[in-house]
Amino acid sequence: MGKRDYNLLGPDAQRAVQTGLAAAQWYHSDVPRREMKELMQRSDGPAIRDTILLFAAMAVFAGLGIALWPSFWAIPFWLAYGVLYGSAMDSRWHECGHGTAFKTPWMNTAVYEIASFCMIRNSATWRWSHARHHTDTVIVGRDPEIAVMRPPVFIKVIANFVGLIDAATGLTRMVYNALGKVHPEEAVYIPTQEQYKVVRVARVSVAIYGVTIGLAVLTASILPLMVIGLPRLYGAWHHVMTGLLQHGGLADNVTDHRLNSRTVYMNRVSRFIYWNMNYHVEHHMFPMVPYHALPALHAKIKHDLPAPNQSIAQGFGEMWPALRRQLANEDYFIQRALPPTAQPYRNDFHAAALGSAAK
Amino acid sequence: MPNWINACAAGDIDAEDLIRFDHGIQTFAIYHAPEGDFYATAGHCTHENVHLCDGLVMGHLIECPKHNGQFDYRTGEAKRAPVCVNLRTFPVKVEDGRVFIDVDA
Ligand code: FES
Repeated sequence: MGKRDYNLLGPDAQRAVQTGLAAAQWYHSDVPRREMKELMQRSDGPAIRDTILLFAAMAVFAGLGIALWPSFWAIPFWLAYGVLYGSAMDSRWHECGHGTAFKTPWMNTAVYEIASFCMIRNSATWRWSHARHHTDTVIVGRDPEIAVMRPPVFIKVIANFVGLIDAATGLTRMVYNALGKVHPEEAVYIPTQEQYKVVRVARVSVAIYGVTIGLAVLTASILPLMVIGLPRLYGAWHHVMTGLLQHGGLADNVTDHRLNSRTVYMNRVSRFIYWNMNYHVEHHMFPMVPYHALPALHAKIKHDLPAPNQSIAQGFGEMWPALRRQLANEDYFIQRALPPTAQPYRNDFHAAALGSAAK
Repeated sequence: MPNWINACAAGDIDAEDLIRFDHGIQTFAIYHAPEGDFYATAGHCTHENVHLCDGLVMGHLIECPKHNGQFDYRTGEAKRAPVCVNLRTFPVKVEDGRVFIDVDA
């Protein structure tokens, strides 16, 4: 395929539409309707428990960080607070955006708004960009949420471990939107009648950051920014680490999530922070299944999926060398073997768009 | 003039669930509400070309399987983004344990 153009208004976007890759029918593992209905059932219990735990932990860590400020003893508490703010909020943004975390709609909305603010994402814009990510997962020119483009720009990837690129982009766009403007790329996927919300959300966010910065200036201390804003940088590493694993090094321009998404077994703490999105193939195949039911879904369909990576480290061990090879060969990707119990990959569906798979 | 089409048996759809029904080039979703009534809408979501038959019925809402948009299937009203356009609805009657849809409504 050669040189990729990730611009949503560029030639690859047009090509995806012309070749039927955009808004295509995707492969699904078979799950009997009754079982799927069970898995899709919503409940408030697990998310209320996790949300109380999350906000309580954030309050305690920030409180201790403030109490011990400016001693070095404050550092571990800020690091813990930062991960909950700059990483756990990413998964809360994601699940509540889908509307699957809680059964009660206002709870999803409330947590979604808070989490979007923490992640410096415009809650109105990102609802639409994420819908596109699900329609056209890792389709070049169509998916606005591709974390690692080809060839990978490692300096950007590494800078994002402390949120530098994402936060700068998010803030710049927030100010742009607050001035009453919607970017032409955003206008591609946000319906016209919804665009006013983008401006409204941006103005509220800019106002909150303005007050926080004002407080920091007034008190001649960065402490207010340690609580609001900076944790998006110093706590971003976990969500970047897990986020890269979602699709990194795998195929693009395919219509089977088994080829472009990765399920990774993770420790309990990371799964709490990440809200079970380590079951990423399962999430993309069946986005209506709430995070707390993903392990059960995984158990039901794992016979039809490539073997999951056994740990974060093993996932990186597979992904990182592939990203490095993509520096020289953009078409390179990893194609994982399927178990004999699985339905085979239908590469003929997207053969024209595929490059060379790793054997 | 209604054009009633015999779509399925009432017992074919679990309570608080839906099935797909195709007639000629048209496709529908038929719902069995929790209190026992039946409803019918156009089969495809108004956001993208995805059939609602794999979605989740919660009370009087149908949630689309692709992006979790929601409609009230009794009225077709779009209730949750990313759906913004209402869903078309069709009259339904139940006679002798069979569900009929007026497909020309
Ligand atoms: S296709 Fe139904 S909500 Fe997007």
